[in-house]
Amino acid sequence: MKAIELHHLTKHYGNELVIRDISLSINSGELFSLLGVNGAGKSTLIKMLSGLLLPTSGKAVILGHDVVKEAKQVKRVIAVSPQETAIAPNLSVYENLDLMAGVHGFSKSEREQKVAAMMHAFSLTPFTKRRSKTLSGGWKRRLSIAMALISEPKILFLDEPTLGLDILARRELWKVITDLKGKVTIILTTHYLEEAESLSDRICILKSGEVKAVGTAEELKSLTAATSFEDAFVTLVEEVAI
Amino acid sequence: MRTMIFASRTTKEMIRDPLTLFFGLAFPIILLLLLTLINQNIPEAVFTLTNLTPGIAVFGLSFMTLFSAQMIAKDHVSELLTRLFTTPMTAKDFITGYTLPLIPMAIMQTIICYGVSLFLGMELTWKIPFAILTILPVTVLFIGIGLLCGSLFNEKAVAAICGALLTNLTAWLSGTWFSLELVGGWFEKVAYALPFVHAVGMGKAVMQGDYDGILPHLWWVLGYGAGITVLAIYVFSRRIKE
Repeated sequence: MKAIELHHLTKHYGNELVIRDISLSINSGELFSLLGVNGAGKSTLIKMLSGLLLPTSGKAVILGHDVVKEAKQVKRVIAVSPQETAIAPNLSVYENLDLMAGVHGFSKSEREQKVAAMMHAFSLTPFTKRRSKTLSGGWKRRLSIAMALISEPKILFLDEPTLGLDILARRELWKVITDLKGKVTIILTTHYLEEAESLSDRICILKSGEVKAVGTAEELKSLTAATSFEDAFVTLVEEVAI
Repeated sequence: MRTMIFASRTTKEMIRDPLTLFFGLAFPIILLLLLTLINQNIPEAVFTLTNLTPGIAVFGLSFMTLFSAQMIAKDHVSELLTRLFTTPMTAKDFITGYTLPLIPMAIMQTIICYGVSLFLGMELTWKIPFAILTILPVTVLFIGIGLLCGSLFNEKAVAAICGALLTNLTAWLSGTWFSLELVGGWFEKVAYALPFVHAVGMGKAVMQGDYDGILPHLWWVLGYGAGITVLAIYVFSRRIKE
């Protein structure tokens, strides 16, 4: 079953073309990575798919709902963990999760159950009453993903989830993301090639808003006759590399 | 329910911020104490508590504007708003959730101001609760400015515009510290074309028993308050749709 379908999706900012006629589909339960250098259009694409930006032309369909015309239905099945940590700094870990459950309309008892379950799943219980601004970068990211998942979305957008984290925190977060695989459709944007290679079912290489290639890491290596994924990526984007 | 949950978050963020508490509650009290002390040590009294208290109460609201604008701007930067924009929350939920908690906080701040003035020797009369009521339309004005600035500007610009410009405009152009008539000329004209002197004027009129003097000021405050609030709602709603 297709979770996301893009039909000739295009976005202009004034005269600048930032997303160029993208058509692709993402399967349900798939972890699909968007990879590209700065300005490739990864974040813009995620913003359009999550209803934060209107496409200039073309269409995006999420679980059968048009992102623009049926935004309400789409909002019920998606969640976003943005590039920044996107937490309320003076609220405790518990209160942040409760806030997200609350804005999704869950009752008090449902909220209590969901928050407890999410704290347990993400090992956040020791930090229950701690103000979120005092958490380390890695724990903030962990909380950020837990906040996105509390509404039990069918599709989760992770925009650069490990940006700025040290290698240990990054590896920890990779485990969290790996555990989610198959349970929820994940669209991940990242700068880290090894992250995309190790986590993704399929990878989409974007260059100047255009899809250069889509496939598994192995398929992309074969396509470019490269011995490593890094070489394959460089081959595909080298025309824009500085 | 979403509105109340978001409003609860706004309240917690504000009351847990020590700077908000200091500038919102302690700073106006310190000013009152300081000016009363100055008054006691000069031969001819410059400030009378009945004139000073309404001015300090309005001046205190300018800090509340600063902190509400900063919170909205910070929520943009931290991408908490981006996350919330992808939930079923509506523009009404956001606007009410950001502004509603400020009303009881503003009233409390005003009550504390008048309470301290009573402690410092202001006569206890039935005019005081009436004067406190005149802060309500002023609150609408300052909340509107906060919402507008938070929606339009980043955190740094908010600090400059609300922190420096607005607090100074409120201080200098409200007639709290000196008589605008004594300065006269274009300064007086500009001051009377802006809402700050009228915001203070209502409270002063009540305290002086000049009830006919309330309405002309009230229209100015209501006019500015309604205009700025409508503009703020328009700008914030546009931001969501972007």
